[in-house]
Amino acid sequence: MPSLKDLQNRISSVKSTQKITKAMQMVASAKLRKAQERAEKARPYAERMNQILKTISASYQGRDDAPKLLGGTGNNQTHLLIVATADRGLCGGFNSAIARLAREHANNLISKGKTVKIITIGKKGYDILKRLFKNEIIETISLREVKEIHYSNAVEIGDKILAMFEKGEFDVATLFYSKFKSIISQVPTAHQLIPATIEPDDTEELREENRALTYEYEPNEEDILKEFLPRNLNVQIFSALLENGAGEMGAKMTAMDNASRNAGEMIDRLTLSFNRQRQAQITKELIEIISGAEAL
Amino acid sequence: MMLLPKRKNLPVKLLKELDMSDAIHVEIISPEELVFSAEVKSVSVPGIEGYFTIMGDHAPLMSILKPGFVDVNVGDEESSYFVGGGFADVSNNSVTILAEKASDATGFDIAEIEQSISEAEKLLEKAKTPLEKNDAQALIDGWKNFAAIAKNKS
Repeated sequence: MPSLKDLQNRISSVKSTQKITKAMQMVASAKLRKAQERAEKARPYAERMNQILKTISASYQGRDDAPKLLGGTGNNQTHLLIVATADRGLCGGFNSAIARLAREHANNLISKGKTVKIITIGKKGYDILKRLFKNEIIETISLREVKEIHYSNAVEIGDKILAMFEKGEFDVATLFYSKFKSIISQVPTAHQLIPATIEPDDTEELREENRALTYEYEPNEEDILKEFLPRNLNVQIFSALLENGAGEMGAKMTAMDNASRNAGEMIDRLTLSFNRQRQAQITKELIEIISGAEAL
Repeated sequence: MMLLPKRKNLPVKLLKELDMSDAIHVEIISPEELVFSAEVKSVSVPGIEGYFTIMGDHAPLMSILKPGFVDVNVGDEESSYFVGGGFADVSNNSVTILAEKASDATGFDIAEIEQSISEAEKLLEKAKTPLEKNDAQALIDGWKNFAAIAKNKS
């Protein structure tokens, strides 16, 4: 049975923990708002890129001379998994959910006899995956020093991946990140970067409309595509990083909210047993006094 | 008798198209934000094969852009944006400019502008073809214009 002093100590320590988690929740919610804004602002660019890609690639469908970034290398042997997670923990299942998806994917590929290479962005993903895939992880990129993710950060990563692709170090690249659906829901997502995946048009009407447009190209279709595809890769990475940023803060907010609530419950329980104990002590002392008086 | 309705229809249709062709929607988008979006009279962009101006009802066109200045003409006002290379997509009476970097004069400080002017002047010295010369000169003019705006504000 813990003494009164012990209980008091525990209550005060839980209280200070609660203060910290509450503060972290508030910080996360402020950061979330900012991250969400940035993600929203970046959306038009990514959407337009996708639209243009759709338009140009339509004419390349089924042709062999499509650029490798669009049509693939013709091989399917070496897979590069790019796993983007947060650099910090304390955000619930956010990091482990992304890592789990990547792990399942990697195991699946390995069991089919494919070669797997992994690049991790963010420290937490590396921490989780290094136990299982120590030999497969070829590079870890940390964005810990980066306060705000800018497009240039994504370009750096994109350039690295492109350089590897040009050297023929992999055939297929897939990016793992978390799609920000809402504050309480982040969906771990696998998105194939190389060869580029094109989201289909929503309606038959739109598809018709796009097909009807005959573009003039300056200088020509091929050169535009050559310029376009690497940029598209960078943009995909950039928007994934932004989604991750918003998702991390959302997950952190929820996690810290839960933690604060749990701390509150714990304080209630501890206070209850503290009061019981105190009452028991008073009763005991009373009994001692009474029985002492009776003995006289 | 058969010709009559056609003749009647033709001018009406043309007029309609003319109304539409007055304005063209322009969006300048950088990866981080939507920089500019409005209906404008005309817009000139730094295409890979030289500057060109787009007005309403332009044929669908896709062009690579060089680093340079996008000038949008909204009625009597003209405003200028620097783009660091990218793409222009013209279709359905709208121009979408996707640029890795895009900003108006407020996005640069004077030191940056002056550095860019001297870089552009070096480009002009190196330029051989008329097209290169023209583009370098346009860069210099654009940056000088930015410098004037920046100085006016400070």
